[in-house]
Amino acid sequence: MLVQRPKLTFWERLYLPQVLQGLWQTLSHIPRKKFTRQYPEEKPPLYGKYRGAPELVRDPDGRVKCVACQLCEFVCPPKAIRVVPGFRKEGASDASVEKEPSDFIINMNRCIFCGFCEEVCPEEAIFLLRDFSVSGYSREEMQFHKDKLLELGGVREDKIQKWKNK
Amino acid sequence: MEFVVITMAKIAVMLGVLLTVVAYTVWLERKVCAWMQDRVGPNRVGPFGLLQPLADGLKMMLKEDVLPRHITDKALYTLGPLMAMVPALVTAGAIPWGSQLPLFGRQIQCVVANLNAAVLVVFATSSFAVYGIVLAGWASNSKYPFLGGVRSSAQMISYEVCLALSVVPVFMQIGSLSLCHMVEYQTHHTWMIFMPWQWPSFLIFIISAFAETNRTPFDLPEAEQELVAGYNTEYSSMKFSMFFLGEYAAMFVMSAMMVTLFFGGWSLPFAPFNRPATTLWIGLAHVAIFLAKILVFLFLYIWIRWTIPRVRYDQLMALGWKIFIPLTIVNIVFVGIVLALWGGR
Ligand code: SF4
Ligand code: SF4
Repeated sequence: MLVQRPKLTFWERLYLPQVLQGLWQTLSHIPRKKFTRQYPEEKPPLYGKYRGAPELVRDPDGRVKCVACQLCEFVCPPKAIRVVPGFRKEGASDASVEKEPSDFIINMNRCIFCGFCEEVCPEEAIFLLRDFSVSGYSREEMQFHKDKLLELGGVREDKIQKWKNK
Repeated sequence: MEFVVITMAKIAVMLGVLLTVVAYTVWLERKVCAWMQDRVGPNRVGPFGLLQPLADGLKMMLKEDVLPRHITDKALYTLGPLMAMVPALVTAGAIPWGSQLPLFGRQIQCVVANLNAAVLVVFATSSFAVYGIVLAGWASNSKYPFLGGVRSSAQMISYEVCLALSVVPVFMQIGSLSLCHMVEYQTHHTWMIFMPWQWPSFLIFIISAFAETNRTPFDLPEAEQELVAGYNTEYSSMKFSMFFLGEYAAMFVMSAMMVTLFFGGWSLPFAPFNRPATTLWIGLAHVAIFLAKILVFLFLYIWIRWTIPRVRYDQLMALGWKIFIPLTIVNIVFVGIVLALWGGR
């Protein structure tokens, strides 16, 4: 394709008026309002369905909701999750659930915040909450274990609590 | 002996001031560019980020000096950044940065070397910087620096001509090549910039100065988009910072030249700032005036850099050879006629 070049007038070809116009443009931006967000002090606003790091939650009674079904481990695209299944405590109120993870490791170096784990979980035990700056000084530190995940996740309001009377 | 001591002291002061101004030009550049883009710029190190140059310098010094394996001629490779930096510092010695300072019962002249052909010295030494860039481009032994080196040598050589020719009318009027005489003349008459027949010279000089210092819109030797970083692609640590320093020092010197040639050097057009100083305070005020004027030009450099896109290489060459060089020659004749008819002196 042949691009038609517009015919420029002498004034335009002089180039200098445009230069001056540009100089005025940049100069006029100096006193304007700045858009910089002073990050660590000033956090960005997060909107409703924000997907941060995946974390484990407890139900209102404070029990671990995860039943170690390992579906999330299976679905996770970058294989960031590892579930070590174990048993619930003998005689506990939720002993009929039988299984719970004895450890639950999410490798935050690998997680891509896709939300598949949240989607697949039959127990609504894992959610992508609002922590977006996951950082650490070593790879080891970036392996989030069960305790840390539960602590970060906190309690999730849950009206159904399907294990309550089983 | 006394002469040596005084000169040494002057060199030390000059160098100290120059390097400080250079460091803060970098700060200013970052700030101004940020403001123009509606950002705030460096603001973490010290108030308003004022200690940022120190942090930058420290970082540069602590960086590992990487010597790429494909570099065969280490001597040339090391010489490159040195040659790029030293000329700019040397030329600074020929520029009068004040009138005189009455100190310890002596009149100390505010210029390191009062040469009677100072302008020639400045142009001659500042063109040495091109060797640094060519050497860097050649010794780096890879294609981007090489292309950057080739471009910049062509660019600097062609604009050298315009730069020198464009100021000939100024000397025709003054009848001297000494920068000190230059300022003296302007204190007695009026600044060159207030004489309309010198305007074309000034315009061509300032544009050529931009090309000479490799600044936007003529920063083709380091055109990031095409050449990575141009001639300094393979350099790191202090060697890289020497190029950086060289570029900003050259900017400083060119601004100083513009101030001296067209804007009356250290003078202001009213008493007591239009006569060589008699007291220390006025002497220092002259130095401050000189620096303030330079600062205006440094701001202009920065302002233009963040406004105007880079020109194409053929446009650059065409502008140099087909427009500016004929224009400067016509300009010389024109000013000659003006001076002959109205006796501009
Ligand atoms: S968010 Fe995606 S990547 Fe991260 S743990 Fe869940 S499934 Fe895996
Ligand atoms: S978090 Fe959900 S999907 Fe993953 S193991 Fe526990 S119950 Fe199963």
